[in-house]
Amino acid sequence: MDAGHSSKIKNLLFFLLLALIPLKSFADENPTAEYQEGEFKAGDMILHHVGDSHEWHFATIGHTHLTLPLPVILYSPERGLDVFSSSRFHNETQTYGDYRLDEHDHIVSLSGAKFYDFSITRNVASLFLSALLLIIIFFSVAGAYKKNNGRAPRGLQSFFEPIILFVRDDIAKPNIGSKYQRYMPYLLTVFFFIWFNNLLGLMPGGANLTGNIAVTLVLALITLLIVLFSSNKYYWQHIFATPGVPVWLLPIMIPVELIGIITKPFSLMVRLFANITAGHIIILSLFSLIFIAKSIAVGPVIVAFALFMNILELLVAILQAYVFTMLSALYIGSAVEEHEHHGDLGIEHDSVHPDHH
Amino acid sequence: MNLITPELGLLFWQTVTFLCLLLLLGRFAWKPIMSSLREREETIENALKSAELARREMAKLRSDNERLLDEARAERDAMMRKAQQTADTIVEEAKNKAAAESNRIVESARAAILAERQAAVDDIRRQIAVLSVDVAEKVLRRQLKDEPQQRQLVDQLIKDIHLS
Repeated sequence: MDAGHSSKIKNLLFFLLLALIPLKSFADENPTAEYQEGEFKAGDMILHHVGDSHEWHFATIGHTHLTLPLPVILYSPERGLDVFSSSRFHNETQTYGDYRLDEHDHIVSLSGAKFYDFSITRNVASLFLSALLLIIIFFSVAGAYKKNNGRAPRGLQSFFEPIILFVRDDIAKPNIGSKYQRYMPYLLTVFFFIWFNNLLGLMPGGANLTGNIAVTLVLALITLLIVLFSSNKYYWQHIFATPGVPVWLLPIMIPVELIGIITKPFSLMVRLFANITAGHIIILSLFSLIFIAKSIAVGPVIVAFALFMNILELLVAILQAYVFTMLSALYIGSAVEEHEHHGDLGIEHDSVHPDHH
Repeated sequence: MNLITPELGLLFWQTVTFLCLLLLLGRFAWKPIMSSLREREETIENALKSAELARREMAKLRSDNERLLDEARAERDAMMRKAQQTADTIVEEAKNKAAAESNRIVESARAAILAERQAAVDDIRRQIAVLSVDVAEKVLRRQLKDEPQQRQLVDQLIKDIHLS
């Protein structure tokens, strides 16, 4: 990234501080450019925010950037493991040793050597933070169950109990059926993981973790693996010899069904990623309008819109957690479902179990 | 494009972290929470069931009590009726007996009175007879002290006999 471009972004940061929008910036760099009128590139700013970064930028107050440099962990087969702070890149050339931080916040090797990047990026740090938060909260909730045994729930416990019961009674039981208990740990973990990270992403300075394709890919993959490992013969029978389908149609149906195995988790992955990223992009676009219009008058209007969007995103945060968990439960349910009365049409109707209350 | 290309580092950390989270939460949070919830639900269900059972038992007891009470009441009524009847009979009998007895006493008194009276009358009659005879003897003795008078009497007597 060249110095002129950086200064423009820096200039913007000063304004963006008002909205507490985190943005990549570079410290110790030509402070005189601070108050120059710069061209605002909304697209770059937004992509920087929704993407990943090797440092965690919280805010810029005057000339001081509140930035947390994060560890860079690189592994190359020739050179072995390289661990250093991302603040090492803070120089004119953005290089440290053989590595350079490019304008997309990617580390590239100057010599073209092959290496793997296992850095603790902003998303990874946020992931650890959320994991820690989940562990602290739910360990204390579990402790409360021991302590308040035989008594009414209180505190955090009484806040989370209805949600846990909702996941059990309205997501797992109706979709999976009698075998729901085996899958409760996964469903609860994935529900709270997505919800907490969605909320953390909405915080000022938060990372866009659940709007990252790698994260949703892993979650969707785990759902797929659970479906495949818990599938019974009826599930495969349904794929390779769909009941009620004439034999001559099977050459078409089998590939369709096989693709269906993949498209289900794929849709899970894309839905969560797209919903969360889109929410962030909309809010950031709204704020960008202020700087594009360069007028204080649009401010209140934009803030009202952004506030509305933020509240909507709070709803989306739990809604997407619910949708992901519910669909995972549905797919697991279709894999473990027993068909006592198969053979004719109507198998499709069975795939959604009636409530087992 | 950057946005839709999954990065190796995050893939790796997400997999590791999520699996650890799943393991830790599953073992130390969800397991005790779910079992506590299940336990509590069972406790509540059992409590409700036993309450229902107690309610039914109570209703049964109440109906039993009522039945017993009804029976006792009926029995009491029957006994009272019977006692009344018995008392009535006894009183009736006693009345009859008393009447008969009094009649008998009156009857026998009357008979005794009659007999006494008869005896008294007889006695008086006898006494009068004796007195009369005595009086007559005394009178006669005085009158018959002289001869003519005796003769006159005898004549008189003879006359009387004829007449009679």
